[in-house]
Amino acid sequence: MMKNKYIRVLLVDYGMVFVLIALCLLISLLTISDMQPEDPGAARKLAASLVKEAGADINVLVVARTTAADKAFANALREGLEQGGAHVVGVELGDPTSLRKRLELLGQQDERLDFVATHDFSSKWRVLSSQSRVEMASLYPALKNLKIAKPPSYRWPTFLTANNLIGILNQNAPIAIMAIGMTLVIITAGIDLSVGSLMALAAVVTATTIQSYLGGKEAGGWDIAAAFAVAMGVCALAGMFAGVIVTAFKVPPFVVTLGLMMIARGMSYILAGGADAVKIEAESIGTLYSSSFLGIPSQIVLMVLLFIAAHVVMNHTAFGRYVYAVGGNETAARLSGVPVVAVLIAVYAICGLSAGLAGVLDVSHFGTGRPKAGEFYELQVIAAVVVGGTSLMGGEGKIFGTFIGALILGVIQNGLNMAGVDSYRQMVIYGTLILVAVLIDQLKKKVIKPTVKLAKTGEFDSF
Amino acid sequence: MADDSNSGNSDNRQPLLEMANVSKSFPGVRALSDVNLELYPGEVLALLGENGAGKSTLIKMLGGVHSPDAGTIKINGQEIRIDTPTASQQAGVGIIYQEFNLIPALSARENIFLGQEKGALSWVARSQEEEAARELFDRIGVPVDPNALCRDLTVAQQQVVEIAKALAQSAQIVVMDEPSAALTPREVEGLYAIVDELRRQGIGVIYISHRLNEIERLADRIMVLRDGQHVGTRNAQDVTRDEIIEMMVGRSLDNEFPDEIRPVGETRLVVEGLSRGAAVQDVSFDVRAGEILGIAGLVGAGRTETVRLLFGADKPDAGSITLDGRTLTIRSPRHAIAQGICLLTEDRKGQGLVLGLSVQENFGLPNMQDFKRAGFISKRDESKAFARFVDQLKIKVTGGNQIAETLSGGNQQKVVLAKWLQRNAEVIIFDEPTRGIDVGAKYEIYLLMNELARQGKAIIMISSELPEVLGLSDRILVMHEGRVAGCLDNENVTQEDLMRLATGSKEVVSAQ
Repeated sequence: MMKNKYIRVLLVDYGMVFVLIALCLLISLLTISDMQPEDPGAARKLAASLVKEAGADINVLVVARTTAADKAFANALREGLEQGGAHVVGVELGDPTSLRKRLELLGQQDERLDFVATHDFSSKWRVLSSQSRVEMASLYPALKNLKIAKPPSYRWPTFLTANNLIGILNQNAPIAIMAIGMTLVIITAGIDLSVGSLMALAAVVTATTIQSYLGGKEAGGWDIAAAFAVAMGVCALAGMFAGVIVTAFKVPPFVVTLGLMMIARGMSYILAGGADAVKIEAESIGTLYSSSFLGIPSQIVLMVLLFIAAHVVMNHTAFGRYVYAVGGNETAARLSGVPVVAVLIAVYAICGLSAGLAGVLDVSHFGTGRPKAGEFYELQVIAAVVVGGTSLMGGEGKIFGTFIGALILGVIQNGLNMAGVDSYRQMVIYGTLILVAVLIDQLKKKVIKPTVKLAKTGEFDSF
Repeated sequence: MADDSNSGNSDNRQPLLEMANVSKSFPGVRALSDVNLELYPGEVLALLGENGAGKSTLIKMLGGVHSPDAGTIKINGQEIRIDTPTASQQAGVGIIYQEFNLIPALSARENIFLGQEKGALSWVARSQEEEAARELFDRIGVPVDPNALCRDLTVAQQQVVEIAKALAQSAQIVVMDEPSAALTPREVEGLYAIVDELRRQGIGVIYISHRLNEIERLADRIMVLRDGQHVGTRNAQDVTRDEIIEMMVGRSLDNEFPDEIRPVGETRLVVEGLSRGAAVQDVSFDVRAGEILGIAGLVGAGRTETVRLLFGADKPDAGSITLDGRTLTIRSPRHAIAQGICLLTEDRKGQGLVLGLSVQENFGLPNMQDFKRAGFISKRDESKAFARFVDQLKIKVTGGNQIAETLSGGNQQKVVLAKWLQRNAEVIIFDEPTRGIDVGAKYEIYLLMNELARQGKAIIMISSELPEVLGLSDRILVMHEGRVAGCLDNENVTQEDLMRLATGSKEVVSAQ
């Protein structure tokens, strides 16, 4: 009975995780295709299997393109072959023309060549086609038994590659970060339509601050950091302003933030002087976006850290408890001594701040302050929060759920792109899936009806 | 049998309503098992039972909210299915739920006739409706402006609109769930008249109440449920109050109110000249350590408004509040709590608890500073503190993580009390502490109030139940139209004395 009770809560609170997993599996199945490995690991395996099957007494030419990844591939291949005792007559890094010349040279030297070892891409060059090889064999006896060796292909979903998954996270990080602030606002039974516009405002403020006050081209890392701080501060103040209007004058948040949305968008265009983008000449503007930590882009790291911090704040601090209480029953919260006004203002300020951060990331990504940044993002952000299981009625919702919600939307978009669905159809499918997700959420709450909350309550649990 | 003209006519007439062996289970709970109910035309059947006994489930079956898992429902001998609220109305059942089903933005008239329009595009005959609404209110004996918006009506008036709404549907069977809970004694008298009138017109009334004197006044027969079981149905003349209570709680209660004498100490709270608009005018009183001060008065007399000023929920226009010799300026509830003044609101669900949070989270809400460790809440500390109160107040919960909404009224009240006790409240204000709470739990709340007083706290209790005020208070403050009508030492005071003050008769005031 006890266990059953907790499983029910788990299902309600974290059921969306299963939806995400199911989506990933589905898209994986749909994107399975032949993968042609080009990494050093595959090169070493190819070398080993070549020596094993053809013996050590072989002469091999290693062929690849000039890219850094191909160089690593070719090096690994050469080392592997030499370790196995095979004779590497040379490494040709180049294109079909240079390869033809190299082969002709080897033919003229009349040294027996048994294999060209390469990857799938280069193996398809015309010079290596069987017809071309027959022609060359007739000219040069040394090339009579020339064969092509390449790593074997295997079937694997293109969705499920490290590159693609990191790409999804990186692309959706700004929306996910804004969704943190939005989750707080929605838990208090509010809404914030201004986040997309505030994101643009932050981007433009950053750009104009750097260009007009911090020396433009000469602006260094600290100057840029200062501009970022100014932009985020402006957005936090804008959020705070919305919070004050909501609490002091009891104007519905929808209306307040609708107004702020238009004001912020307009200000962005005014500051940008009507241009499509304010160019930033400072070189290190892109550092934030392009830097990485252990191979993971910094904005993903930032996003994950923020989600963890928000989770802790919402579950383990008085502020978090107050946010849930204000959303659940504002009157009861006030009569319980919760500083309702301060909590609401703080929540809108945090939401503004998170939009500011998203704007800063946008500037760093594009290197320009775009007044058009974040258009319609407010809707995607709200969708992520709602799909993540937060009720628009307030009082309930989970930061972790929002993370899952943002991922679900990102994964759907990525999957549709991969499946080659055009953008109009994407919109229809996207909208439908949001409805279905929320419907499932509602249904499961009705069907499962949890009677307890998932929280560690010490020894008291043993009741 | 021949001269048995009015009551006891059950045997030879066909029952209006017959529920036979109805059962209903919810996941994990057997809410009702094999319950039999018969209702005859022109009788009042009182339905009694503690909270959770299954009364609501039984009513919701009649209202088309739940369908029975087993058993049959017959109306006028015809077996019928009541699957929807509309089906229930068409079958001639009118239900007045405890939680109002009124739409705040519509007028009384529109609410009364809502759902009876002939079609979505039919013309609403406004003046006709208005006339009909006025007639209904006349029958109830409470004049309500048919065109007043429901959100502007008092709780009592809204209740009257609910009753009028059921009457407007010309129901044969009227079910009233705690209809008097929010009414003043005078309005309750009006309600009795209505019920009598319905009975005279041959309508069958199922009347649910926790107030035994109402039951004694109104009921022809009494049906008792306990834990989903049908304990029995008796003729009202044949049972005593003690027997009824015993049937309900399954044990005998010797007394409705705990009887004890507490030492009363120094004056702790002094309120002088407290005013706010017309609702509260120049209200002064004091409360001593170990004393329970009862505040009586009609609905709208300004009792709740007065204590809201004490608690900082509203701002006073004038007046001073002194606690233990210190003059307090109270700007907000947060501020009041910090100074040791706490309020248990009359509307537990709307104002006392955040229903979606767990009981422990509700408990912790005003007490965060006690459980802070380096900025984070220690849920372990919070849990320990709460567990102590669960023990002390005998709160029935499955654990600290139980969602507040799923608790019974009495236990919800105890959770609210626990959160103030943790705050070390010195002045504890109870606003209608036992409204909607069953008999057994009521007694426990009384004991707790006595215990708190014995600890030297100053207790203020607002109650519309005069026996409760008389049974518990050391002194009684009576309010009338925003003013203090009198303050009586609770010795040889009768309900009549209180009523006279509450209704504004001057002679008693001068006699004191």
